[in-house]
Amino acid sequence: MELFWYIVLMAMLTIYVILDGYDFGAGIIHLFYAKKEKDKKAIRNAIGPFWDANEVWLIAVGGVLFFAFPTLYASSFSGFYLPLIMILWLLIFRAIGLELRGQIHNKIWEAIWDKAFGIASLLLALFFGIALGNVVRGVNLGMVTNGVSAHEPHFFFLPLWNSTFSPHAEHLGIIDWFTLLLGIIGVVALAIHGANWIIFKTNSDLNQKLKQVVFNLNIVLLILVIISLFSWHIIDPKPFHNFVKYPWLWIFPIITFSGLFGLFKIKSFKKDGFGFLFSTLFLFGGLASTVSSIFPNLLPSTNMVNPSLTVYNAAAHEYGLSVGVYWFVIAAVLVAIYMVIQYRVFNGKMDDVGYGEH
Amino acid sequence: MEDMIFYDRMQFAFTITFHYLFPQLTMGLSLMIVYFKWRFLRTQIEKYNDAAKFWMKIFALNFAMGVVTGIPMEFQFGTNWAKFSELTGGIIGQTLAMEGMFSFFLESSFLGLFLFGEKLLGQKLHFLTGFLVFLGSWASGYLIIATHSWMQHPVGYEILENGKFVLNNFSALFSNPWLLPSFLHNQMGSLITSSFVVAGVGAFYILNNKHSEFGKLFVKTGVIFGLVSSLLVAFPTGDWAAKNVVKYQPVTFAAMEGIFETEEGGSEIILIGQPDVENKKLDNKIAVPNILSFLTYQKWDAEIKGLNEFDESVYPTNIPGLYYSYHIMVGLGTIFIGLLLLATVQLFRKRLYKTKWILWSLMFMIPFPYIANTAGWYTAELGRQPWLVYNLLRTVDGISPTVSSGNTLFTLLGFIGLYLLLGLLFLMLAGKIIYKGPETTKLN
Repeated sequence: MELFWYIVLMAMLTIYVILDGYDFGAGIIHLFYAKKEKDKKAIRNAIGPFWDANEVWLIAVGGVLFFAFPTLYASSFSGFYLPLIMILWLLIFRAIGLELRGQIHNKIWEAIWDKAFGIASLLLALFFGIALGNVVRGVNLGMVTNGVSAHEPHFFFLPLWNSTFSPHAEHLGIIDWFTLLLGIIGVVALAIHGANWIIFKTNSDLNQKLKQVVFNLNIVLLILVIISLFSWHIIDPKPFHNFVKYPWLWIFPIITFSGLFGLFKIKSFKKDGFGFLFSTLFLFGGLASTVSSIFPNLLPSTNMVNPSLTVYNAAAHEYGLSVGVYWFVIAAVLVAIYMVIQYRVFNGKMDDVGYGEH
Repeated sequence: MEDMIFYDRMQFAFTITFHYLFPQLTMGLSLMIVYFKWRFLRTQIEKYNDAAKFWMKIFALNFAMGVVTGIPMEFQFGTNWAKFSELTGGIIGQTLAMEGMFSFFLESSFLGLFLFGEKLLGQKLHFLTGFLVFLGSWASGYLIIATHSWMQHPVGYEILENGKFVLNNFSALFSNPWLLPSFLHNQMGSLITSSFVVAGVGAFYILNNKHSEFGKLFVKTGVIFGLVSSLLVAFPTGDWAAKNVVKYQPVTFAAMEGIFETEEGGSEIILIGQPDVENKKLDNKIAVPNILSFLTYQKWDAEIKGLNEFDESVYPTNIPGLYYSYHIMVGLGTIFIGLLLLATVQLFRKRLYKTKWILWSLMFMIPFPYIANTAGWYTAELGRQPWLVYNLLRTVDGISPTVSSGNTLFTLLGFIGLYLLLGLLFLMLAGKIIYKGPETTKLN
């Protein structure tokens, strides 16, 4: 039963990253590449009717995490206290940036909310990448110093950084060079993903330029991924042991790299949606490879005293997990129906939706 | 320990109070928009559709505020109340996860269609999307109150040796005797807020002699919805909810009514007075004998336990706060019924739109249902203190063990600043929409 909920949770998390990821990416592209009002409008139209429903996946992930793995929810949300609250603030700025812009037609007003939307999107992509880095690296569970736990074995607290920025320091920080690397990968990968979504959903003049942008960023991404694979060995001496044990898991890295290499052909794609498909493959494969590599850990412990939080020791009690399956299946079917309706109504290019115009 | 949890409690209280200013209008207003839309479908009179369109603008802005201030609520269980989340997540996580899966997806998927899809969908489907948004928002309220009810009156659980609460009966969460009265009471409260907003804006249009045709429609609709909901909020739902408190939390009942001593021959009802907890008495009180006994047990001489019957360790933490919250809620509720009865009488005498003092009162009344709803929630929450899970888990034992109060104060200050900005923006933009007024569809 724990395994079922683990797969559900990871699937929902991946869907969240793929869906809200294109919103963040669109925000990043909006910040750096959309200079003309026409281009900005195209980007807003491309994500307008979707972003709010996409954000709901985050709430749903939070809810399922709370219900199925309460220990992990309690431990990680309190341990990553500051960055999580900051993510909440950024989500507020992203949302009001999109929602309030159209309420008043004034250049200064619009400029403020354009920047709020763009900068919040950029920082959110960075923070979520850093978060993934923290989960891979692990934390000092129980806050052990000299072999003695200062707290219960599953609680911890991390400051934003320590003076060394090293992932090996005794007292870790949330931002060190390794987690920052994953944060930058997050920004680049989601910028590519967002650009692909804009190309897919609009006929904007920006699209030709964005294909070049995707190509260039993809080179950067490839280099960053290679660096991260080497540095992974420094963090975790045996990053591939699960892949040795279960060779079928290699499918995930293969998907990742086919997404990554496929995108280099972006200029010759026949259909505008192909680019988005490849960046989706990259994100899906990347996340799946990462969580497979630390499985069954959910949050590794960096000390020898306290055990890592795993799928098995962080889960809720059996009865609750079983009874949850019933309502979850019903809800999942309903959600699928809503999504089909939503994406059918807003099918195709979105240049005329007029999002945010009142 | 009390000091350590101070900022955590402040942050939760501040963020939830601010958050709930928005959903209370969302839930009530969505029903009223569905009503306008339904009237339009039935009569084909454009005025109703224009009214629906106008209120949808306010609704969209209000909904966005509700969403952005709502996400922090779900996160704060984990960030600030980690021990509570760890111990009870297997139970309250159920209802919270269900809220995300059942209501948020429903609302967010159809809100976009409702706001932008009128031409695309046609009138009947457009009405349906509106109805689904309404359904989603009420389902969200239901599941949140199911969570709240479990904390007030825990059911369907067992406690393991390690202190964890585990669920052993899923359906008990929904047959909890606390749930239905609280839910209905709350929904009626939310309908009162939207009624006064609609009526108050209408009164402004009539008094201002601009958009007065819409003004009359809004005043009439608001007054009728308001009268029905303000009667229902008192009886049966409020009465029913209060009887739950007497039955399951008698010490809370004594504190909120301001009964320090058990009175022989029946308890008086206190209308006004200031509790002096140190000396266990009420200053400057105005009370009516025996009424409380009658209201509670339908017997003039029924005994109601005073605070003297309980040990101080189970007293609600903030007795004056609880007492005032409850009395403010009940007092305002009474004023609402009185004003709306007068307005309804004038409406049937066809004089309401000319009775200026009632129109002025309706306009100035807009903030007060917000205060009454907030005071009602403070009654429920302060009444539960010092417990997170009534009689089982104390609030001091629920906080995050590793988050220092310095960090909590930092984020509390951040939330205060950010929400101040949000509040100003909301008032400015809502004011702009209201001032501009509804647009009339030109028939060609």
